[in-house]
Amino acid sequence: MLSLKTPALPVRSAPTHDPAWLGRVFWFSLSLVLLWPLGVATEFKPWVLLEPQNVKISAQFIGSFWPLALDAEFLTMVARDTWRTVAMATAGVTLALVVALPLTLLNTRVLSVSALSGRMARGPYWLRQSVRWLLIFLRSIPELVWALVFVRVVGLGPTAGVLAIALTYGGMLGKVYGEILESGETHATETLLRNGSGRLQAFFYGLLPTSAAELTSYTVYRWECAIRSSVVLGFVGAGGLGQQLDNSMKMFEGGEVASMLLVFIALVALADRVSAWLRKALG
Amino acid sequence: MTQARAANDTYKLPPPLFNARCKACWFVAALLLLVAVSFWTLDLQWGQFFSREAARSMGRFVAEFFPPDTSPEFLKKVALGAWETLAMSALGTVLAAVAGLALALPASRLHDGDTAWSRTPMRLVLNALRSIPELVWAALLLISAGLGPFAGTLALALHTTGVLGRLFAEAIENTPPGPGAALRVQGVGNFRVFVYATLPQVLPQLMSYTLYRWENNIRAAAVLGVVGAGGLGQLLAFHMGLFQMNKTATILGAMLLMVAVVDAASHTSRRLLTR
Amino acid sequence: MKIELRGASARHPAARPGAAPALKGLSLQFEAGEQVAVIGPSGAGKTTLLQVLACAMPPTAGTLAFGDTNPWQLPRSALQRLRGRLFLAPQVPPLPPRQRVVTAVLAGRLPAMGLLASLRSLFYPTDIPAACDALDRFDLADKLFERVDRLSGGERQRVGLARALLAPAQLWLIDEPLSALDPTRSQQAIGTLLAGARERGATLVATLHQVDVALAHFPRIIGLRDGALAFDLPAPQVTRQRLAQLYDQFEHELRGEAPVAPPQAPPLGPQPVVMHCR
Repeated sequence: MLSLKTPALPVRSAPTHDPAWLGRVFWFSLSLVLLWPLGVATEFKPWVLLEPQNVKISAQFIGSFWPLALDAEFLTMVARDTWRTVAMATAGVTLALVVALPLTLLNTRVLSVSALSGRMARGPYWLRQSVRWLLIFLRSIPELVWALVFVRVVGLGPTAGVLAIALTYGGMLGKVYGEILESGETHATETLLRNGSGRLQAFFYGLLPTSAAELTSYTVYRWECAIRSSVVLGFVGAGGLGQQLDNSMKMFEGGEVASMLLVFIALVALADRVSAWLRKALG
Repeated sequence: MTQARAANDTYKLPPPLFNARCKACWFVAALLLLVAVSFWTLDLQWGQFFSREAARSMGRFVAEFFPPDTSPEFLKKVALGAWETLAMSALGTVLAAVAGLALALPASRLHDGDTAWSRTPMRLVLNALRSIPELVWAALLLISAGLGPFAGTLALALHTTGVLGRLFAEAIENTPPGPGAALRVQGVGNFRVFVYATLPQVLPQLMSYTLYRWENNIRAAAVLGVVGAGGLGQLLAFHMGLFQMNKTATILGAMLLMVAVVDAASHTSRRLLTR
Repeated sequence: MKIELRGASARHPAARPGAAPALKGLSLQFEAGEQVAVIGPSGAGKTTLLQVLACAMPPTAGTLAFGDTNPWQLPRSALQRLRGRLFLAPQVPPLPPRQRVVTAVLAGRLPAMGLLASLRSLFYPTDIPAACDALDRFDLADKLFERVDRLSGGERQRVGLARALLAPAQLWLIDEPLSALDPTRSQQAIGTLLAGARERGATLVATLHQVDVALAHFPRIIGLRDGALAFDLPAPQVTRQRLAQLYDQFEHELRGEAPVAPPQAPPLGPQPVVMHCR
């Protein structure tokens, strides 16, 4: 049996303090210091919620949630408004596709003929840059703001909501479509372009088949988000479930509010389920 | 005249466009039907939008936006509103990260043998929190918290807790189980296993999700004010109601600027995290 | 603490429910303070044996007894306390990648620390000298405050072993302690483990692929093949013939060629597709 040689312990004093401690304390204190002005700016006073009259009002409001409003007339109205919300979302996303597809085609670097031989020419480059900025502009303005503007122009009703969703979601879809198209396999498309096919032909024969599943999957997901947006837009007059919710809240009709919230949560869950199923079937 | 033979054998012909047995065909048909019915039932006022009258009024409307109001006192008000919106989004996101982590623990299956009885009810709670949009939460909370940014912060926090809670729970469930299993074999309880083994692995991802969510929340915070929850949105609704379009243009510009700033900050922080 | 396995059968921890058992009717006894090496070809059930001894999974047949108690009949709290007296070092070092070595090593002491003390130790490691001493025995004292993912594979394995020196355990179960170490470091590691176990009077059961190291350092050798006991002898009595029989059709492992690589950590499931409404 080999003789065991236990390693000789070096004559070194073991460290007794944690070198990372001071750094951690510093960053932690800094973040606390940063939180303070945030709290001041947002008038963050949680104890306000516990003030007696606020508690009374809240308790009254939450208490009025039960019993839920379940009469037939109300439920038919809710059903109609739910359909209107879904319709607004569907129409909005369809129009967003109409907006996004041409912009995506204009924006994709893959379809650039001038880039085939090295650097992209200046004209096409600036065209693409401006399309990119247009997409950023479209999607940076919240859809609520678009809706507020359109309500002034076309009046109350679903048109304003549909247009707002179309523009904002067009911007988002355009950006993500561009990313999907450029991150896929581009060799086929490039070869088609090199061999002289037109850009649209290269798109339909090269880019689209590779990315179709991913594109559809994302569009379906966006549709689900659009349903949530339509409810939000209803608050500024675009009709649908959101507007009813706004009305009922202003009249302190707790039962109606509760019913509609439940319907909405169920709607979102259903759309989530449908969207997940569709995406699985595609992928 | 005798019928001409098909150029190809029948089995070599391309499939018909619509096949009653193919599920995908029914799908596409249902989708097209949904789109058509949506447009039909909505009764959209296309004529109103595309008429010359509308184009002219649209043009006039857009012209009112320029020049945007850049007087110093108004800029100061806009800056204050912007700061309020930024604070709302930041504080709301931070609160949501903490609450989301607290709720994600019972909402996840910590290891293979975990009964996780609280998983389904907790997931339902998180789904309910995130289904309700921030604006609806704000409208509800105005009743208890009053007008102002406090309601907006709470609304953002509640909605984002649902979103982050679910993302955190999924991240926790997908952590490599090795380090946790070794501690569990030694008889260490679930909470300490989480803190010593799971959290160190998953923390960068959690912070990345939180920072990404901040980008969304700044946009949401900007518009919460429309229902009275403070910030730029309240200014916007106010001046739009008074048809002061050049002031509105300044506010919109400030919104765009803030969104860009927060996007950049979030992007850089996430880059630094994964260094 | 005397450990007894009687007719134990068990499935491999990662096996499907209907799969064949990895251990079949195994009967073994360990006295307190023994030092045992378990050898055998791949698939012999060595890892499963350690898992069963660590009370990580109940045997599907047969009994396990610690002293006179069957751990699987104890109430849960008593079982947890019993587990605190066991230590299992898996083949893949169970260290969170972004944790610092000092915290990872001190985590071995968690069964002996209360909740508040363990939380405090997360923020500021209590007992840094003990961690430093344990790492020093494996020649890693200078990596005390490094992050685990900045260490090499061999260094990580030694950190995993150093945890044993801090664990309040009377039974050390080490799975393949030398798989990532070169011969010099292997000698050092095995020497440290044996000395450490002897100091504490702990029972040490190690599975090894390096048969020569096992024969050289361990007084008792257990040979497993296909889940059954091939032999259970003092080291001097293990002849070349017995080894050849044990490793029949696996001679490359006996010759010391690289055995089946240690199982990689299970691949992460597909990252959840982060789809935000933005």
